[in-house]
Amino acid sequence: MSAAELLRKSAAELGGAVRAGETTAVEAATAYLDRIAEVDGDVRAYLHLDREAALAQAREVDERIAAGEDLGPLAGVPVAHKDVFTTVDMPTTAASKILSGWHPPYDATVTARLRQAGMVILGKTNMDEFAMGSSTENSAFGATRNPWDLDRIPGGSSGGSSAAVAAYEAPLATGTDTGGSIRQPAAVCGLVGAKPTYGGSSRYGLIAFASSLDTPGPIARTVLDAALLHEAFSGHDPRDSTSVDAPVPPVVEAARRADVAGLRVGVVRELGGEGYQPGVQQRFQESVELLESLGAKVVEVSCPSFDAALAAYYLIAPSECSSNLARFDAMRYGLRVGDDGSRSAEEVMSLTRAEGFGPEVKRRIMLGTYALSSGYYDAYYGSAQQVRTLIKRDFDAAFENVDVLVSPTTPTTAFPIGERTGDPMSMYLADLCTIPTNLAGNAALSVPCGLAPEDGLPVGLQIMAPALADDRTYRVGAAVEAALDERQGGPLLARGAFAV
Amino acid sequence: MSAITRDEVAHLARLSRLALHEDELDQLAAQLDEIISAVAKVQEVAQGDIPPTSHALPLTNVYRPDEDLPGLSPDQALAGAPAVEDQRFRVPQILGEDQ
Repeated sequence: MSAAELLRKSAAELGGAVRAGETTAVEAATAYLDRIAEVDGDVRAYLHLDREAALAQAREVDERIAAGEDLGPLAGVPVAHKDVFTTVDMPTTAASKILSGWHPPYDATVTARLRQAGMVILGKTNMDEFAMGSSTENSAFGATRNPWDLDRIPGGSSGGSSAAVAAYEAPLATGTDTGGSIRQPAAVCGLVGAKPTYGGSSRYGLIAFASSLDTPGPIARTVLDAALLHEAFSGHDPRDSTSVDAPVPPVVEAARRADVAGLRVGVVRELGGEGYQPGVQQRFQESVELLESLGAKVVEVSCPSFDAALAAYYLIAPSECSSNLARFDAMRYGLRVGDDGSRSAEEVMSLTRAEGFGPEVKRRIMLGTYALSSGYYDAYYGSAQQVRTLIKRDFDAAFENVDVLVSPTTPTTAFPIGERTGDPMSMYLADLCTIPTNLAGNAALSVPCGLAPEDGLPVGLQIMAPALADDRTYRVGAAVEAALDERQGGPLLARGAFAV
Repeated sequence: MSAITRDEVAHLARLSRLALHEDELDQLAAQLDEIISAVAKVQEVAQGDIPPTSHALPLTNVYRPDEDLPGLSPDQALAGAPAVEDQRFRVPQILGEDQ
């Protein structure tokens, strides 16, 4: 099979071809490693690559398959792994200088499950430092580019993962979503990205940003591929005490079913209107009409507390971050600066943290420390937690009348690199539509719904479902994907600058 | 009136164990002021006796059986340490002369 044929296959097809003996894990990994060597100088999706180590993994998978082991539908399929998950055989940095060159002593549960599924980890992908950002410009190791337009951001924080999949440098990638860090990069790169129900996928070995929000999830070119990866690494993990002890929702079955007849769909009134790019609104409106034409019953729903979600998030997430990042103390691992024998541990700690953290991480640590300090706690963190209750109540009330809620995934398409770096608040607005789901802990997915007419860049449709009803987001996403592929005469990505 | 003063920013930096430069303090004072003014919106919405939510899903404490499981060896645990001595993490002075 030619390299281009291998790259063009969906992950589901590639896994099927490996299973049928039409190709091998080594052949698939080689095609992708060659592709990375060809284009990653422009895209800069990967932070760590080791060709020989990846091929060694692939050979081992081929041996396991030859020995008759049943590894499941993704055996032999390569995957790009966000550099926020620990990996024993590769450095893990969370794109921070404070962890530069760190080799973790254990695998994250998500990493271990990729290996169990016989997937080949091609490398570790770039991200905003400690997953704080919406553009991947906050990486200590340089920005990643959007394959649709190399002068634009690939989204963030999982921007290395989204860029890798969009540039055909991987068929699948892992991400983590704290305020939209999977759905937003997927949307602006023309991909499918899912934020599972909180606790549906394990946080063990995921470098913590905001522990009550962080959720690992898949990034893929098709809804079925995302479902297969979701199923491969999700499920209860005794090593994560917030992991949900329940079966993984039937996401693969739902992606195959792709049927919305009779489904009740609510359009969230608060996630649209002023501040939204016209082309984003237009494509969103067309997808709502499309759902109606496929037999869904569409109604408008109001979730008034969503207007305060961004404010609550930018108190809760920094508060948790200021506490979580206290572990970077220059004592047990990572960078240590200024230890010349004359300074105290506290001075070394302060110098190291000032040197090792980038501007956005410092900003959030300071903001969180402020929100949690005595005298301000009730007014800021306390009020934000009350808003979280109101948002949950809005979702609960909405889901009494509808099966899923929909909105645009992002207010705009990918913005130019450098446009928002000087203005933190404008950067935070990129997560306006995705944040409510993180605060309430339920499931959501972004699926491409066309290109904005004014700039020719991808637009995402967000589908939100109740907690543990992840399968509904896949069902709706797959129906939209199938109908749009038919209308457009093929997948959106085939029209991108990096199509193969 | 600004929501946060430069002196408060310097105090927060000490609490956060961040040895920031003077120009960083100036920049952060302006940025935090803008962000805090924007997020203060939560106070308008959150009024009365609404209970707080700290966690999205109902959680109960989780216990596991008390079984011996393999852990990290001393060498593995120390592998990423900035300084090691006698199979221990070597750290700078923790206590002052008079402590």
